[in-house]
Amino acid sequence: MTPILEVKNIHKNYANHVALRDVSLVVEPKKIFGLLGPNGAGKTSLIRIINQITGPDSGEVLFNGERLAPKHVDFIGYLPEERGLYKKMSVGEQVMYLAQLKGLKKDDAKIKLQNWFKKFEIENWWDKKIEELSKGMQQKVQFIVTVLHEPKLLILDEPFSGFDPINAQLIKNEILELREKGATIIFSTHNMGSVEELCDHIALINKSEKLLDGSVKEIRKNYKSNIYHITFKGNLMGFTNALWAGAELLDKKSDDDVHSVTVKLLRQNKPNDLLQAVLNHAEILSFQEVVPSMNDIFISVVENKTELNTQSTFTE
Amino acid sequence: MNKLLLIIQREYFSRVKKKSFLLMTILGPLLMAGVMIVPVWLAMRDKTEHQVFVLDHSGLFIDKIPNTKEIKFTYGVGTIDSAKAKLKNGPFDMVMEIDIEAINNDKTTPHLYYKKEPGISTQQYISNTMENILFDYRLQGDSIDVGKIERARRPVEVKTIKVSEDGFEKKTSAETNMIVGFSLAVAIYMMIFLYGAQVMRGVIEEKTNRIVEVIVSSVKPFQLMLGKIIGVAMVGLTQFVLWIILTFAISTFVTGVLFKDQIADKIKQEQQISKVMKDDITSHSDKMEKVKTPNEAIDVLDNLSKIDVSHVILVFAFYFLLGYLLYAALFAAIGSAVDSEADTQQFMIPVTAPLIISFAIAQGVASDPDSGLAQFFSIFPLTSPIVMMVRLPFGVPTWELALSMVMLVVGFLFFTWLAGKIYRTGILMYGKKTTWKELGKWLFYKG
Repeated sequence: MTPILEVKNIHKNYANHVALRDVSLVVEPKKIFGLLGPNGAGKTSLIRIINQITGPDSGEVLFNGERLAPKHVDFIGYLPEERGLYKKMSVGEQVMYLAQLKGLKKDDAKIKLQNWFKKFEIENWWDKKIEELSKGMQQKVQFIVTVLHEPKLLILDEPFSGFDPINAQLIKNEILELREKGATIIFSTHNMGSVEELCDHIALINKSEKLLDGSVKEIRKNYKSNIYHITFKGNLMGFTNALWAGAELLDKKSDDDVHSVTVKLLRQNKPNDLLQAVLNHAEILSFQEVVPSMNDIFISVVENKTELNTQSTFTE
Repeated sequence: MNKLLLIIQREYFSRVKKKSFLLMTILGPLLMAGVMIVPVWLAMRDKTEHQVFVLDHSGLFIDKIPNTKEIKFTYGVGTIDSAKAKLKNGPFDMVMEIDIEAINNDKTTPHLYYKKEPGISTQQYISNTMENILFDYRLQGDSIDVGKIERARRPVEVKTIKVSEDGFEKKTSAETNMIVGFSLAVAIYMMIFLYGAQVMRGVIEEKTNRIVEVIVSSVKPFQLMLGKIIGVAMVGLTQFVLWIILTFAISTFVTGVLFKDQIADKIKQEQQISKVMKDDITSHSDKMEKVKTPNEAIDVLDNLSKIDVSHVILVFAFYFLLGYLLYAALFAAIGSAVDSEADTQQFMIPVTAPLIISFAIAQGVASDPDSGLAQFFSIFPLTSPIVMMVRLPFGVPTWELALSMVMLVVGFLFFTWLAGKIYRTGILMYGKKTTWKELGKWLFYKG
């Protein structure tokens, strides 16, 4: 299957700094692709290049196998992080205008809009001015504007900011539904919880360079470091002695004779070896592998760039 | 539908539908009509009538000062005190005493006692008429034929006639040319400032609303800038046309309907005065001046018709549009480089300087329309829209006009391209204050 988007060795310099250094990405169709990175990492620069708002200094972008060209603009929907609408214009006029700018025919746009307005139960907003709406309401309108022309590629930069939890859930469901219908979504965010929940694949950019790229499952698996969480009843001392040299105790918490510990397996030891070692000293209540959250991975990758740079090679 | 057209449409209708547009459209002509009508109205409104009791000890002026609609003269004898008493009980609100030596004195100083303050026009009327009466009387006293004097005093007026290269002769008037030239220049100046500033505000609005990034993901920034400039231009043209129509309609209506009676009165009254003057056997220099005034007005109209109107209108339209387009592009660039209108000052001054300079030298250009200074500034694209208008009614050699127009088109393309580069980068820059150095760097960013 041709990837919907291929970014090849993009370089982008601004007057005083490098925004992107040799960044390459492949976005498979019908996936939710998370584009992560701290502020100022170069995400927005990359997104603007994909949207043809700016051009790269070198490298190229392929859309559906073709070199990115102005005609592709109509197949992309973009919700920028810094977004807004004309305050004095009515909701209806405004969305019609923006829809037509994306190449929709007037009648077509009207029907589609009415469907969306019905879906979001905001039919009575048509004649309201944007400035009369609350921030969250404006965001809803903005979301509709972004997806109305049924783009093949949807680029959402922090889509949940400004939404309350209920509306955030609504938007989340819409995003998943759009994927079901065949859209590919590039999703840029700092909210790692939503990354785990939504993304199939992620790329992490820091200081103009891509540091990490892979499927969410794979990355989390790769970042596991043989850490287990054990809850047991019995003697903590005996338990610790039993670990001996096979595992290292990282953390412990006790409540009467129930203890919670976090241990890291050393050398080639398997979880079963650990269990066998401690079985005679304690009554095991629970035993669980600790998988690092995306949040942990994000922080550790960004903070220990050099160390993990070497590790991340395996994902490529 | 073409995206550029969509943008123009939005820019146009969103402005035309605004209440402020409607308000400006109505207030503008009212103001202009007011400027034209108020002086007429002031001149025509019913003046308070003055009853003047004249106590002429010299006897020369008795029954000689003509009554007007506003001032009626009654002549009598007696002492000044008894005359002054008439101010209290009588119908008179003014008493004028002319002393016995009025005929012989070097300077005649009648005293006017009043209850109701007489306006300057009343005083002037009295002094003018008395001067004339005295003038005639003295000439007669010296046995000088007034007719000879009359024939001796003839006005001189220089008529200028332009001889073009093909030998075609055309009457011209420097004054008329200057009035026409300056009016055209002011119209262009207004268009550039009123609507250029609207373009700038529109850009700033889109930037602070943060809608701009949404839009430039659908269209090219240059398209958005161009659409805005053209849309606002059409708003400006609509407003100008409406202003002209409304001003014309209002002034015709007001003068035709509201002042109908007054105008008829005024005409009658003027006829009366001139009749009185003609009845006066003797004539005098003042009369000549009075007769000259309408001639002058006719001369201006006459000279206007001497100017090649269709040529002037076509050239004006060209400079009006291109001058606006060029400056609007620069204004758009300024708008893109700042975060709020308050920050525009540092960029506004250099951009508007050429316009200000144009007006500063306009007087000099009008007095010597073919000087090197006039030639240079009417060809340089940033000043040509104003300076060329000043030169235009005086006649400009075809090659100079052609060169100036080509330069303006080139200038327009160059500055729009330049502005486009700044605009493209500027609209997506937030936060820090932009410096000239940075603007320079933006020119070299890759699209």
